[in-house]
Amino acid sequence: MFRNVAELVALAEQQSCSIAEIMVEQEVRVTGRTREQIREQMGRNLDVMEQAVERGLQGVQSHSGLTGGDAVKLNQYIAQGKGLSGDTILDAVSKAVATNEVNAAMGMICATPTAGSAGVVPGALFGLKDKLNPTREQMIDYLFTSGAFGFVVANNASISGAAGGCQAEVGSAAGMAAAAIVALAGGTPQQSAHAMAIALKNLLGLVCDPVAGLVEVPCVKRNAMGAAVAMVAADMALAGITSTIPCDEVIEAMFRIGQTMPTALRETALGGLAATPTGKRLKEEIFGKQQNPSPSSKG
Amino acid sequence: MKYRSVFDIIGPIMVGPSSSHTAGAAKIGRLARSIFGRQPKKVHISLYGSFAETYKGHATDVALIAGILDYDTNDPRLPEAPKYAEEAGVEIEITTEEAVPEHPNTARIRMMDGADEMEVVGISIGGGKVEIAELNGFQLNLSGQSPAILVVNHDRYGVIASVTEILSKQRVNIGNMRVSRKEKGKMALMVIETDDIMDESILSQIRVLPGVERVLRMED
Repeated sequence: MFRNVAELVALAEQQSCSIAEIMVEQEVRVTGRTREQIREQMGRNLDVMEQAVERGLQGVQSHSGLTGGDAVKLNQYIAQGKGLSGDTILDAVSKAVATNEVNAAMGMICATPTAGSAGVVPGALFGLKDKLNPTREQMIDYLFTSGAFGFVVANNASISGAAGGCQAEVGSAAGMAAAAIVALAGGTPQQSAHAMAIALKNLLGLVCDPVAGLVEVPCVKRNAMGAAVAMVAADMALAGITSTIPCDEVIEAMFRIGQTMPTALRETALGGLAATPTGKRLKEEIFGKQQNPSPSSKG
Repeated sequence: MKYRSVFDIIGPIMVGPSSSHTAGAAKIGRLARSIFGRQPKKVHISLYGSFAETYKGHATDVALIAGILDYDTNDPRLPEAPKYAEEAGVEIEITTEEAVPEHPNTARIRMMDGADEMEVVGISIGGGKVEIAELNGFQLNLSGQSPAILVVNHDRYGVIASVTEILSKQRVNIGNMRVSRKEKGKMALMVIETDDIMDESILSQIRVLPGVERVLRMED
């Protein structure tokens, strides 16, 4: 089993194969299932991601009314040819937003690595679909590459907002996506590691401060930016730019930052944006002042 | 390593909005039910830490109830679980606790059916992955990824050997085994993780062993 990114990259280089292949091989060893079963399961995850993007692009609304409809707005804007930062990146952003709007509306999604950060990895993938024309198998490989990098983060740091803040969720997702984009575009395993490091280091310290405790504000927009960061980080790594701090050390830094982050900024909805006057007002409007839980509450 | 499968990272397929607070909560509820062995009549759930602060926004309470009803994380009935629990005659009480737990996402679930009562503490560690941290006051760390049996026994010589002897005779391989006790000479707990799901007949053989009080099964 690879324990860190350095080992993961070394394995891929030694065996002259992709990171996705190393991940599949490890899964076969750990679970005893066949390659076909494992790839098929990842294919089902891919299908759920695609359905979530499509649903979000048609327009959804959350129960609280806080989020929904932004993916549609952005998509229309792109279609009008008004985009300034580039259509590929905006497409990735709109699809990341679509996924998280579906999640906020209690729709079906695939956690990557979590539900709150579920838009970044598929957003970047489907945003690149027109540009790179990947086959279904290449798209499944993209998910295994993301999974391999996420696996290292989950085991050496954290992918939980309650434990490590948003850097552990959207930060991890952006790093995973950046690494997988590089592989999808034909970059080397080492370039994937640099892309992950570049993306994650730019989201270090990001706190988890959901307004009213809902996975909506600012989560949907953080997924949008997570996808954008992933795309730019991948481009930088593909251009040959390297991260001065090695990927594993960036992950370690993320873990230590998470451990020293105050509880109020780790998914308790007690600090940050949740504690702003508007954040508090929205909480009261949605839940009222009632504090006692009831089994019939619908969340 | 806490995470062993790529599908802990890319997955699960689930009803939103939170992998730790919705999907994880549903898994904790389902594991608790699995340990209890059937649908309880009465359930008291205490929420701690981030679970207590944000359960409403994440539908953590709804997801825990869904798990108690044996729904998976991607069951379309999940958002309406409280309604189905009421229809099924399962009485549910939920409270939030002030105490600071060891892990931020903690739920304590007390399940009752007549005189039978059991208390399970579950934690949600991120990305939908969970652990059972406590059973009736015994410390554990069970992920539910391998099939496991839990044997509550009297803390005296020979009981562990008699249980493993049955497993050995039945050619069951033990992947992981832990024994713990609250106090010397009183009650103890064996947690035995196996490669395959154990046949009910093996469990009945263990149940009648001298010194064995109770045998529970846990599977994902």
